[in-house]
Amino acid sequence: MSSVNTAPKSYLSAGQGLRSWIFTLDHKRIGLLYLMAMSTFFLSGMTLGFLMRLELIAPGPTIVSAQTYNSFFTLHGVIMIFLFVIPGLPAVFGNFMLPLMIGAKDVFFPRLNLLSWWLFITGACLAFASLLTGSGPPDTGWTFYAPYSLRTGTNVSLAVFGAFVLGFSSILTGLNFVTTIHRMRAPGMTWFRMPLFPWALYATGWVQVLATPILGITLLLVILERWLGLGLFNPEMGGDPILYQHLFWIYSHPAVYIMILPAMGAITEIIPVYARKTIFGYKAIAFSSVAIALLGYLVWAHHMFTSGMSDTARMIFSLLTFLVAIPSAIKVFNWVGTLYKGSIQIGTPFLYAMAFIFLFSVGGLTGLMQGALSINLRVHGTYFIVGHFHYVMFGGTAFAFFGSLHYWFPKMFGRMYNAKVANMAWAILFIGLNTLYFPMFILGWEGMPRRYYDYLPEFQTGNVISTVGSWILISGVLLMLGNLLMALLKGRHAEPNPWGGTTLEWTVSSPPPLENFEVTPVVTGGPYAYGRGDKQDD
Amino acid sequence: MTEATVGMHDDSVGSRLGMWLFLFTEMLLFGGLFLLYSVYRAKNPEAFHEGASHLNVLIGSLNTIVLLTSSLTAACSITAIRRRNTAGGVILLMGTILLALVFLIDKYFEWGEEFRQGIYPGSSHMAELPQGERIFFSLYYTMTGLHGLHVVVGMMVFGFVMDRVLRGRVNARKYIWLDNGALYWHLVDVIWIFLFPLLYLIT
Amino acid sequence: MEMKENKHDEPIVPYNQYVWVWLGLLTLTGFTVWVARMHLGNLSILGALGIASVKTGLVVTYFMNLRHEIRLFRYMLLVAVLTLFTIIGMTFTDILFR
Repeated sequence: MSSVNTAPKSYLSAGQGLRSWIFTLDHKRIGLLYLMAMSTFFLSGMTLGFLMRLELIAPGPTIVSAQTYNSFFTLHGVIMIFLFVIPGLPAVFGNFMLPLMIGAKDVFFPRLNLLSWWLFITGACLAFASLLTGSGPPDTGWTFYAPYSLRTGTNVSLAVFGAFVLGFSSILTGLNFVTTIHRMRAPGMTWFRMPLFPWALYATGWVQVLATPILGITLLLVILERWLGLGLFNPEMGGDPILYQHLFWIYSHPAVYIMILPAMGAITEIIPVYARKTIFGYKAIAFSSVAIALLGYLVWAHHMFTSGMSDTARMIFSLLTFLVAIPSAIKVFNWVGTLYKGSIQIGTPFLYAMAFIFLFSVGGLTGLMQGALSINLRVHGTYFIVGHFHYVMFGGTAFAFFGSLHYWFPKMFGRMYNAKVANMAWAILFIGLNTLYFPMFILGWEGMPRRYYDYLPEFQTGNVISTVGSWILISGVLLMLGNLLMALLKGRHAEPNPWGGTTLEWTVSSPPPLENFEVTPVVTGGPYAYGRGDKQDD
Repeated sequence: MTEATVGMHDDSVGSRLGMWLFLFTEMLLFGGLFLLYSVYRAKNPEAFHEGASHLNVLIGSLNTIVLLTSSLTAACSITAIRRRNTAGGVILLMGTILLALVFLIDKYFEWGEEFRQGIYPGSSHMAELPQGERIFFSLYYTMTGLHGLHVVVGMMVFGFVMDRVLRGRVNARKYIWLDNGALYWHLVDVIWIFLFPLLYLIT
Repeated sequence: MEMKENKHDEPIVPYNQYVWVWLGLLTLTGFTVWVARMHLGNLSILGALGIASVKTGLVVTYFMNLRHEIRLFRYMLLVAVLTLFTIIGMTFTDILFR
């Protein structure tokens, strides 16, 4: 398949048949396995989102009952958060690119890597099984708040157990990446010669290792509570439901950074390539990843300002929340600084990166608003929150995911896609996203609560605009996927380095050979050597 | 296919690094329970005293000694294997597994006695206890139960390692499986070192 | 950056060293039971946790062989322990002042 005839066999042709895929130890194939699984999950989550928006096109019951709607938003959240946004970039592009970018032949624990994928699939199956078995799909929301999650008759235990298994998969991936980065960098690749996507994965790996077990024990306790009635979160038995929220957010706030850090890392790879200029403030970006990971542990209770916790805690957590904006702002500043005086080429990945900076800034700044206690009291539990985290999760992480897909597609599959169609799909996605989610800020500000299948008539205009936006967004997704599928079948063969990248993955053929590098590369300089603004520390 | 060619490296420091990272996740898994324990103890100090006084300090102390000794045998088995004393290593590993079994048997009798007194989640006796004491016993069962589960996993790990020793796959030159199995076991020991005073001795 | 170490340079720990550590651990176990019997009130929890920490230090340093590992391991352990302390401590900003 490779355009260079002398190159060794590509990883795609190194083995045939189902078994050579689902039992592979090759990090590249495992990355593709994740990609295939996640595309399925993303499309099912998107379908649920589409149905929810359709229900909300008019007040009163339209297409589904209230109980069905409750299950819809629960499953939409569980699928999108646990099966797409959290594992997305590390599992797909981390797996595929990390060893290539640091000049290694594989990750440190290839068998553990395969086990992670199997655990991922098992967890996903359990989550989907909770739909079809027992007494109906869970209706708690993806947060499984006690005491309702302990009381509801729906099939919460199975879904919670699925999330537990998924957490285990996430831990093993993080552990694997941290070990890989410590032990397997190519000769000469010091920490400050390492590309910034691996830096982001390193920070993410630590969060996965140290935060996910807290979710694990919390979810196990929910199951035990439901089976045995321990009473730890049940106010009737002396338990404290607010402690459930603490434990849940001790994981789930750092998890937000598991979602966004690799996305920021991928954007950092794309921008210097299309600006033809070395990254501005390499060390500031690297350390801000670590700073985000650290600060991420100190702000969890800003999800609980209206829960009834102490005023002292509210003030401390509000203050710390403002701090976490600093390292994110540093990154945005450095991305823009990289563009300054660059010779910018417009390509699809670059467009996604630009959209990311805009959408992430909208999402981040509206998040900062909620960090202020007085504003939080007004917007808590409203559509303002829904708008905010969709700007971060979809506009941030998913746009970075799509951008990475377009950036690394030629490397992964050895084919080129139609850039015009890809740019068109990007434009539709960008318009669709803003039409879908921007009205939510206004609706939330005016007081429309989230998680209801019904609303007051005065909110209809905003809801109709939003629903139309969901149609635009979905058309964009379908066009993008269709374009990439066409490229897979009929695209022209890709050169080893179609975009002019300088990191190590672009030095091997497209698609890469099974063992990545025939000769282990020796690194002698920084990762983004474009000869412009090159005064880079090493 | 890929196994023979890709990703084969001999870096035992890296392997242990990965194991330590895994041990951190175990530490934080129990950390969630320690968090709950400290909060509820701060809220119900008297009830926790009262609850702890129902536990059997003798069995608790005995189990501490058993587990500390099993950590000793696990550590010594590495020395034995590295000195090419395979028989000694296997005996020490068997000793570790046996001590783990003794720990679980003790636990069985201890729980059994408490069950007979009607102290278990959902019992009518528990329902009559003050709320703080109920929370104490719920935490007691969750923490010792999860710990016991780790003891069972540890036994399986050592069974697996012993099999590899007997087949010569773990030997004086390659003993990373033994190293990592023992690391896991010491962590199980460390957890118990904290559980013992927190649950049994705060009367 | 850290060097890849040769496995065979790792020192073999003699049995008697492990036995000494074990004896120390048993002594501390006896000590913690004795301290608990003295009913020191609020001090007893501090005593119990202090002794448990010393025991953990022994297990980690000698049984888990941390003193022969590269320094990175110690930093990592520190990060993990600090994380646990931080989340428990930060939760108490709510519990103590509610």
